[in-house]
Amino acid sequence: MASHAESAGHHTAFPWFTDHGRRPGLRGFLTSTNHKRIGMLYMAAVLSFFTIAVILGVLMRIQMLSPDSTFLTGQAYNAMFTVHGIIMIFLVVIPGIPTIFGNFFLPILIGGEDMSFPRLNLFSWYLYMTGAFVVLASLALGTGPVDTGWTFYVPYSLKSTVNVPLAVFGVFLLGMSSILTGINIVTTTHQMRAPGMSFFRMPLSVWGLYSTAWVQVLATPVIGITLVLIMLERLFGIGVFDASKGGDPILYQHLFWIYSHPAVYIMILPAMGIISDLFPVFSRKNIFGYKTIAFSSLAIASVGSLVWGHHMYVSGQSDTASIVFSFLTFLVAVPSAIKVFNWVATMYKGSVKVDPPFLYALGFIALFAIGGLTGLVLGALSTDVHTHDTYFVVGHFHYIIFGGMGFGLFAALHYWFPKMFGKTYDFKFATVSFIVLFVGFNLFYMTMLILGWAGMPRRYYSYLPKYTDLQVIATVGSWIMVGGLGMMFGNLVHAFFRGKKAEANPWGGATLEWQISSPPSFENFEKVPVITHGPYVFAKEAKAGEKGK
Amino acid sequence: MELEARDQKVFSRVGMWLFLLSEILIFGGLFLVYAMYRAKHPADFHAASMELSRFDGTLNTTILLTSSLTAVLAIFSLQELNKPRRTALYLAATIGFGFAFLVVKAFEWGAKFQHGLYPRAAELGTRPHGEILYFGLYFTMTGLHALHVIIGMVVLSVMLAWVLGKKVTQQRSAVLENAGLYWHLVDIIWIFLFPLFYLIS
Amino acid sequence: MSHVRYFYVWIALLVLTAITVTTAGLNVGRVGIIIVLVIAATKSTMVLLWFMHLRSEKRLLLKLLVPIAIATLAIFIGLTYMDILTR
Repeated sequence: MASHAESAGHHTAFPWFTDHGRRPGLRGFLTSTNHKRIGMLYMAAVLSFFTIAVILGVLMRIQMLSPDSTFLTGQAYNAMFTVHGIIMIFLVVIPGIPTIFGNFFLPILIGGEDMSFPRLNLFSWYLYMTGAFVVLASLALGTGPVDTGWTFYVPYSLKSTVNVPLAVFGVFLLGMSSILTGINIVTTTHQMRAPGMSFFRMPLSVWGLYSTAWVQVLATPVIGITLVLIMLERLFGIGVFDASKGGDPILYQHLFWIYSHPAVYIMILPAMGIISDLFPVFSRKNIFGYKTIAFSSLAIASVGSLVWGHHMYVSGQSDTASIVFSFLTFLVAVPSAIKVFNWVATMYKGSVKVDPPFLYALGFIALFAIGGLTGLVLGALSTDVHTHDTYFVVGHFHYIIFGGMGFGLFAALHYWFPKMFGKTYDFKFATVSFIVLFVGFNLFYMTMLILGWAGMPRRYYSYLPKYTDLQVIATVGSWIMVGGLGMMFGNLVHAFFRGKKAEANPWGGATLEWQISSPPSFENFEKVPVITHGPYVFAKEAKAGEKGK
Repeated sequence: MELEARDQKVFSRVGMWLFLLSEILIFGGLFLVYAMYRAKHPADFHAASMELSRFDGTLNTTILLTSSLTAVLAIFSLQELNKPRRTALYLAATIGFGFAFLVVKAFEWGAKFQHGLYPRAAELGTRPHGEILYFGLYFTMTGLHALHVIIGMVVLSVMLAWVLGKKVTQQRSAVLENAGLYWHLVDIIWIFLFPLFYLIS
Repeated sequence: MSHVRYFYVWIALLVLTAITVTTAGLNVGRVGIIIVLVIAATKSTMVLLWFMHLRSEKRLLLKLLVPIAIATLAIFIGLTYMDILTR
């Protein structure tokens, strides 16, 4: 990708994290509207909340070491899986990639200077932090932490005496933050592209962020109003979900999942986009089927908004509706599968180098594939009847969300670390961390799939003795997995402080972020880049024919 | 690499429309709930709607439609005619109409409270489920709408101050335009609320 | 560009309002909801096109936004209806 940014390798301007005049240090960060600084604010927040939620998970697994464990009371366990879910879903996985890497890299990837609405961007972060603190405050204040499950199903969420309104309000604020981020990303993608950067010359990571942003804008309001209805129902008894007044509890589930199913596509589409950027770079070959992958992102976003009823097959929904939703669910698997085929095809006859970012990308493929296949089991009516609300579901979504989005995030971290911070990390240690993490992950969640298939229900703080061995194996797996996480983050933190200086383009990438200095200067580009071909044209191919795309 | 003022105007319009989109989806969720319960209890919804005053509803519809006119005339006066004083007058009229709307609404709600037709009221509790749901939805939807009217009035008041203080001028009118868009959306939502609650035949 | 068009639109909106109120007074049965919704949609479209300037809008993206919103809502309401009506 041709560019006129001669500052590659030079530090002629301040790196983005050095003081840039206005206010020094931390205050500078908290008042800056620069997209890179805001990305870092989100990174610090998201990773901190992730750590809290992991700790909750570890505690839950300790409880499950034996069927008569008294490590946690039943009430405490219920609160833990609820809060673990709320933090992971609303504070980590939904915002994660768009707010950290979307903010940091979207403007750079399209050749721009910042997002369309920098002040709104900072406001989004403050809204996010407020929502996060409200949620965390609900753990300690008043009547105690929420115990309804992150899904807040009625009638229990209407009757439970704990801090439901506070937690729900926190999630509402987080939703608002998500909508504003979505608005920023759509507008930026449409308005801030450099000359020559047509939609079909954008990196696929941008397509991922763009499709996601539409879902953020269109679907999030629905859960916003649903949460408001919960609060109104509790405060005023309006009756919409109260069966004694004619309300329909299943209608709540419809409204909840109308957002929360598309939400999982908010989680995965940005990760898939990043993976689509990684495969060409580490195969040193153009992506196979650029347009197909781009359109498949849009297809997943749209078809994925039609399938929410597959969470409700056994809730009392009509059989007709269940059949229709099951059919639509099978349809949405197609564009995802197309992506996987295209990624693998990209490697064929490419020059593959398995550096740590690509290791995580390959891990993503494996884990996402397993998660996706188990999704088919859950999507089919007959098998779902047996697996619904068992550990099979828990295993499925951890494979998809943690194995998919999580490993996508880790891949992005390892890929863009040198760019963001100008330092390199230890590749060998990163590889070993990956192996430990991968082994632990599968030991843990594969065992959960088996347990679920054998009938172990989810959200139970105790179980029949026959499940003990598998529960112990799963818990040990979780420890290995968390060990791997610790090693991985430890390696990166160490590199942050002590790493060797990184070059501008350590991976030989062809997208715009690799044509500027590591770390980027405050304005990103010295001169506005002019784009003359696609994002994955590498040196040999560029020489051979620049009239590519 | 300065962002031109012209570009900023375009961004802000795109961003505002996307925000309006999310607002449409918020109310859309409530319309979904309404649709489901009306389908289940058509007769009850009709009976309950007889308790509302069609006159008040029509009056409020007329008020809001007229306020939309004055809003767009305010923007026209600034962007096309460059007459900030006239703009300010039209903005004041729009805010005034908004206030009138809220006054009528307050009377309507007051009447419901008097007749015991509000959530958890004893009288409402004796009515069939469909009517209970109707009034639950009535207060929720008109309440949320009224909240947006209030927000709109606040925003328009700020616009009024900025027009008079020359912070919003013919050259820099994007924020006024966006405020107008918001107000029109509030009007459109009422255009749907009115027949759904007042005109059930 | 004259401002008179805005008055015409306003008059039309008032007329449509009068029509919809009158129709509701008649006994039209089940088609009543369709009539009021069509009139409401017409009024909204007029507000969108003229008061909100979509008619003179050049950017394709902005002209598509409202159809996208309506399509999204139609899908959400439609699929939920399918459940409610077939229970």
